[in-house]
Amino acid sequence: MTLLVIQALNGVQLGLLLFLIAAGLTLVFGVMDFINLAHGVQYMLGAYLAVAAASVTGSFFLGVILAVLVAGGVGLVLEWAVFRHLYGRDHLDQVLATFGIILFLNEAVRVIWGSAPLQLAMPAVLSGSFPIMPGLHYPIYRVALIVVGLLVAAGLAAVIQGTRTGMRIRAGASNPLMIASLGVDIGRLFRQVFGVGAMLAGFAGALAAPLLSVEPGMGDNLLILAFVVIVIGGIGSIRGAFVAAILVGLVDTLGRGLVTDAAGLLLHGTAAARVGPALASMLIYLVMAAVLAVRPAGLFPAVPA
Amino acid sequence: MRLPPSVPIFLLLAMPLVLPLGAHAGYVFDLGARIAILGIAALSLNFLLGAGGLVSFGHAAYLAIGAYGVAILDANAIHNAAVVVPVVLAASLVFSLPTGAVALRTRGVNFIMITLAFSQMVYFAAGSLADYGGDDGYTLTARTTWFHAKPLATPYGFYATCVALLLGCYLLCRAMVASRFGRALRAIRQDRQRVQGLGINPFSIQLTAIAIGGMMAALAGALLANAAEFASPAYAAWQRSGDLLIMVILGGAGSVHGAILGAAAVVLAEEALGSVTEHWRILYGPLLVLAVIFFRGGLAGIGRPKG
Repeated sequence: MTLLVIQALNGVQLGLLLFLIAAGLTLVFGVMDFINLAHGVQYMLGAYLAVAAASVTGSFFLGVILAVLVAGGVGLVLEWAVFRHLYGRDHLDQVLATFGIILFLNEAVRVIWGSAPLQLAMPAVLSGSFPIMPGLHYPIYRVALIVVGLLVAAGLAAVIQGTRTGMRIRAGASNPLMIASLGVDIGRLFRQVFGVGAMLAGFAGALAAPLLSVEPGMGDNLLILAFVVIVIGGIGSIRGAFVAAILVGLVDTLGRGLVTDAAGLLLHGTAAARVGPALASMLIYLVMAAVLAVRPAGLFPAVPA
Repeated sequence: MRLPPSVPIFLLLAMPLVLPLGAHAGYVFDLGARIAILGIAALSLNFLLGAGGLVSFGHAAYLAIGAYGVAILDANAIHNAAVVVPVVLAASLVFSLPTGAVALRTRGVNFIMITLAFSQMVYFAAGSLADYGGDDGYTLTARTTWFHAKPLATPYGFYATCVALLLGCYLLCRAMVASRFGRALRAIRQDRQRVQGLGINPFSIQLTAIAIGGMMAALAGALLANAAEFASPAYAAWQRSGDLLIMVILGGAGSVHGAILGAAAVVLAEEALGSVTEHWRILYGPLLVLAVIFFRGGLAGIGRPKG
């Protein structure tokens, strides 16, 4: 039971990290119709920048703030230098160009910081654990991560649902041509969405840095997970991204424990030990394939199919 | 009269077979075989993408299916291509037909992602094959044979086989694109409803294309396993699907020979930049970006009048 609670909490926490990455990805995609494969390296960049900034300033929190700002800045520079030339181009061109940026940034990080994984020390205030249930201690940092993730999600929802910019973003996701012809400066809207998306991905990287090892290519697998999230959620939908992120986080985390056990009930020991982990890794892709097979446009498509 | 662009490409590929290469023979044949094998895989993806508009981000799954077909038969001491090739092709159909049928329910980017999902399943499934090396992969005991002949045993024979198969696949793709089937496939890409109105079932045409593309890529996978004498889950990794997409887009989706140009460009660029610095990707990445921004229509579009 306690194990299940811990795993569920870990799942929610992974889900919230995924949401921070997927939010920017789904908006950039929904509003600009732009496939940005380089979104995952923004996450990696956030982690590296947090490590660097924390070691310079000596403070974890300053490090995270600086990392988020610089990651946003890098995002805007990329938008200016490369991406704006690709809006309106074929999706395949976008895939190829942003793949080129992944290769470049992964290698640049390797040149600057080396291939060896780096660590970011947890701030003293947030290290340690506290009891959340009798007999169950959970690390404070992870709790803080869940709280911060929920706050960001709530803030994002408030902006998207309640402000003028948010209204334009929603309008952009359902019909970009229309809002452009209504006189909205679409280039400016794109830059805003892009900058915020890059900052959120960088933020996720900075927050994950104390939990994971910071290494080149760390964003690649998360990018794929984030794409799974936005496709399950329905492209352009923040609500869909949130629901799908939590779903993917829970399925992936709980699945690793439960599927191996379930396989043990159905199969003999050695067969279960082989099939279980493979099945657990496949689980989110099975979920995605199942969702798309039943609802080809995802759970909450911004443009009803 | 203008030569079709494929003629110089294949003349160039055939040159190492007739020229005296001396000490460089091993290196040239090795590099050439890689170009030819990846060229077959890129051709098959290009057939789906260029003709059918079906952007598969999971095409590497077929490479792994082909490679593991060879590996599993190898473990059972079966090396004859007369058995290996049909088994590999059948295995690719067992995968392509059900996954293709589900994937075709989706459009656009969701198609891209669902094909990725299926290839990730192959990737993890391959890693769970404990009898065939699991995550570490499986080393072949011998290369595929043709009854008692061993055409793949020498670098020369291996390269010649790869080029011959590439030529065969290229001619097949050309013939298919020009055929009634290929025209229907291209028409579906442009206007699905009108094709339906003409009494053609888009689903079965597209599924056929996926099945044929899959078989071709599985053949490339079987060759790849033979080239490395090794099969591993990494053959199905999404990065490799990405590499194949790059070859097709860089070469110029839509022209059949573009895929071969793309495969050659990627292999040669890796080789050339890799000899400059171990951090060759720091040069390769920006080159890709520049290629996209400045070469619309890919390598096959260079020199073609702007339309």
